[in-house]
Amino acid sequence: MLRVCLKGANSAARKCLCGNGVPLHPLQQCRSYTSGGSGSSAGKIVAASVLTMGGGVGGTILYANWDPKFRANVEKSIPYSDQVFGLALGPAAPPPVINKPRKVEPVQISSMSEVWKDSKQPKAKEVQRKAEQPDAEGPPAPAPQETLEEASAQVAQILSAIGEVPSVPAPGTHEAEAVPPPAALKGVPAAAAKCTECEHEPAVKERPEGEVAARLAEQDKAEQDLLTSLSSNLEDALGSTAKVTLQAIGAQEAALQAIAQHTRQLREAMEAEAPPDKKSTQWRVLEDALSERSRSVDEAGAAVLKAKAELDKLRGVIDGAKHLKIAAARPSILAAEENLHSMVVDLDSVVTRVQTAQSEAKIVSQYSELVNEAKAQFQKELNSITPEIQANWKGLTGKLTQDDLNSLIAHAHRRIDQLNRELAEQRVREQIHIDSALEQQKLEDKKALEVAISTALEHNREQMRLEQEKKVEETREVMEAEMRTQLRRQAAAHTDHLRDVLKVQEQELRSEAEEILNSSLMEKETEYRRLTQDQLDSFTLDMNAAYARLKGMEEAIDSHVIAEEEARKAHQLWLSVEALNYTLKTAALNDPTEPLEGAVQAIKESCAEDEFAQALATALPSESLSRGVYSEASLRARFYTIRQLARRVALIDETRNSLYQYFLSYLQAMLLFEKAQEAPPAKLSAEDLDTFKLLSYAAYSLEHGDLELAAKLVNQLKGESRRVAQDWLKEARLTLETKQVVSLLSAYANAVGLGTTMAP
Amino acid sequence: MAEEQGRKWDRCLADSAVKLATGLGVGIVFSVLFFKRRTWPVVFGLGVGLGMGYSNCQQDFRSPYLLHGHMVKEQ
Repeated sequence: MLRVCLKGANSAARKCLCGNGVPLHPLQQCRSYTSGGSGSSAGKIVAASVLTMGGGVGGTILYANWDPKFRANVEKSIPYSDQVFGLALGPAAPPPVINKPRKVEPVQISSMSEVWKDSKQPKAKEVQRKAEQPDAEGPPAPAPQETLEEASAQVAQILSAIGEVPSVPAPGTHEAEAVPPPAALKGVPAAAAKCTECEHEPAVKERPEGEVAARLAEQDKAEQDLLTSLSSNLEDALGSTAKVTLQAIGAQEAALQAIAQHTRQLREAMEAEAPPDKKSTQWRVLEDALSERSRSVDEAGAAVLKAKAELDKLRGVIDGAKHLKIAAARPSILAAEENLHSMVVDLDSVVTRVQTAQSEAKIVSQYSELVNEAKAQFQKELNSITPEIQANWKGLTGKLTQDDLNSLIAHAHRRIDQLNRELAEQRVREQIHIDSALEQQKLEDKKALEVAISTALEHNREQMRLEQEKKVEETREVMEAEMRTQLRRQAAAHTDHLRDVLKVQEQELRSEAEEILNSSLMEKETEYRRLTQDQLDSFTLDMNAAYARLKGMEEAIDSHVIAEEEARKAHQLWLSVEALNYTLKTAALNDPTEPLEGAVQAIKESCAEDEFAQALATALPSESLSRGVYSEASLRARFYTIRQLARRVALIDETRNSLYQYFLSYLQAMLLFEKAQEAPPAKLSAEDLDTFKLLSYAAYSLEHGDLELAAKLVNQLKGESRRVAQDWLKEARLTLETKQVVSLLSAYANAVGLGTTMAP
Repeated sequence: MAEEQGRKWDRCLADSAVKLATGLGVGIVFSVLFFKRRTWPVVFGLGVGLGMGYSNCQQDFRSPYLLHGHMVKEQ
């Protein structure tokens, strides 16, 4: 690619040189090539970025799958990520919610509301209005006591379920609170009466309050139990009556329906002109309808009876509840009474409807009976005239003869005449009947009116009573609130009084306690002082004894120290002497020893106050100190060269010392043989003073380790041989001297050491 | 002290050798220059050299025994 580009560039450059318009193409081509080239690299870049993104997203999803917190964070921060997560991983696990108990009541309410809706529309509004009044009373009530909240909430829920009333916790608690104040009223006077005594006996004061509280609690509990039982009873009774009433109403409705159907069918059967077989089916259907109607009517009657019985029972329960006189139950009682009332009203209305239907049906049935009677009579007449003809004469027109027909027509005419006459009679009687009927109707109307008036009056009376009771409730609540505030004030005054009294008592007790504390402290202190004094005395005694012992020990130690010091010094002296001895042994074969100065210095230091040792130390020759001495072995070895030399110059002395003499002396040394070693005699005679003899004596004594004798003998040499052996002699003398002093010192050190170790 | 003898001998011999050589040389020189290459100056020179060396040696060996007297002039 690059080459192509370059080529292009080159050609472009060339062409640039040639002309101007052309170069754009190759450049463009170049560019396209480069874009192509870069296109693939761009594709690579795109692919790489896609891969990275995909990897990032996949990694995020995997980690979100593993860590729910991270998933929540991502969902919060990135919009629509929750959808992606939902697609990829499924929904996140939501936190569990406890809602079941709440849902039960709404279901109940809804069912009951459906049940009651159609029959209670006008009444429901009144009930709600009445229920809202205790609501209004509820909130202004003071804060409820906590011990009764749960129970009152339950009661409120039950009430709401029964009566389609929104939950009213306040009245329940209010009612419950209305009870403790009366109980507290009973308890507080007792407490107040006892409190006057309590100023001197603080322990007794607390008791009555506690008892009161306990009694209050008991009363509350009892009332609560009663309330719950009552409410449950009411609820049961209401429920059963409602059910039964519903059933009764349903049965009544069914009866109504059956009656209506029956009458309709009857009318149809009366008026319709159907062929005989259909007629029979009709009549059969009619009979079924009749039976059904009677059955349903019976059922309805039974249901009504049952409902009435239940209503009476409910009324009895309500009266019983009223007799218990528990304030908390009043609204429930009121509501139950209202329900009862409405149920009774409904039942009555349905019963009246059924009765009207029944009366209508009766009319129709009577009508049908009359028609049947007429038909039967007509049939009888027909049969009497024409016995062969069967009942269904309408279908037999083809089979009748002329005479039969004529007789039938004559019979019909006669019948018509008869009927006309009856009709005229009837018309005459009609008026009378109408009048009587009108009067009867008036009477009945009056009765009905009276009944209706009485029922309406009763209803109104009930309502008024209920309203009155509600008002009484309100006033009672207000009164109780006021009572409570007053009681609270009294309780506050009581607590203040208690506080003051307690303060005074506290002061007194404190002062008493302080006195006691001080006296006991004084006692303890004197006791403590005495004890410490005893301790101190005994301690002093012990200390003195210890001190005396210590002194004795110190003296003993000092004496020991002195003895040890002596011993140490002797030891040191001995050590230094040993060191000196050792240095004497350090002589190599032909070299002198180490200079003895250090060792001698050590000796001088170690026996600074010992004069004898000091004298001895100073007696050492200085040469030995500075240069060291030769060992015996080296002197011995050296002696042999000295001997050779001394032999060679044996003839040379002061008088003979020319070279010729030297030659002669060498000749003599070569030719003269003597014993290598000869034992020296105890006394030296004159002839023993010969050089060669002396030398052999000295050799012998040296061989036998007697450096001193050898030195003495060598000292007897004369002349040049003496001069030759001079420095050997000097060395030998030094060595001998040093050895003597050292042996003296060591003997002295041993003696001193021995002396010191013998000390006790 | 023992080495003194050795040292003396060394000195002596070295000295003698030098004197000998010197005498020889002088003799040769004299012989060549003045005495027409005769041998007797060479020998004479050798002898002179030897004698001088011998005398020196002897003097060296004798040195410890030499007494130096002082003449005290009586006034």
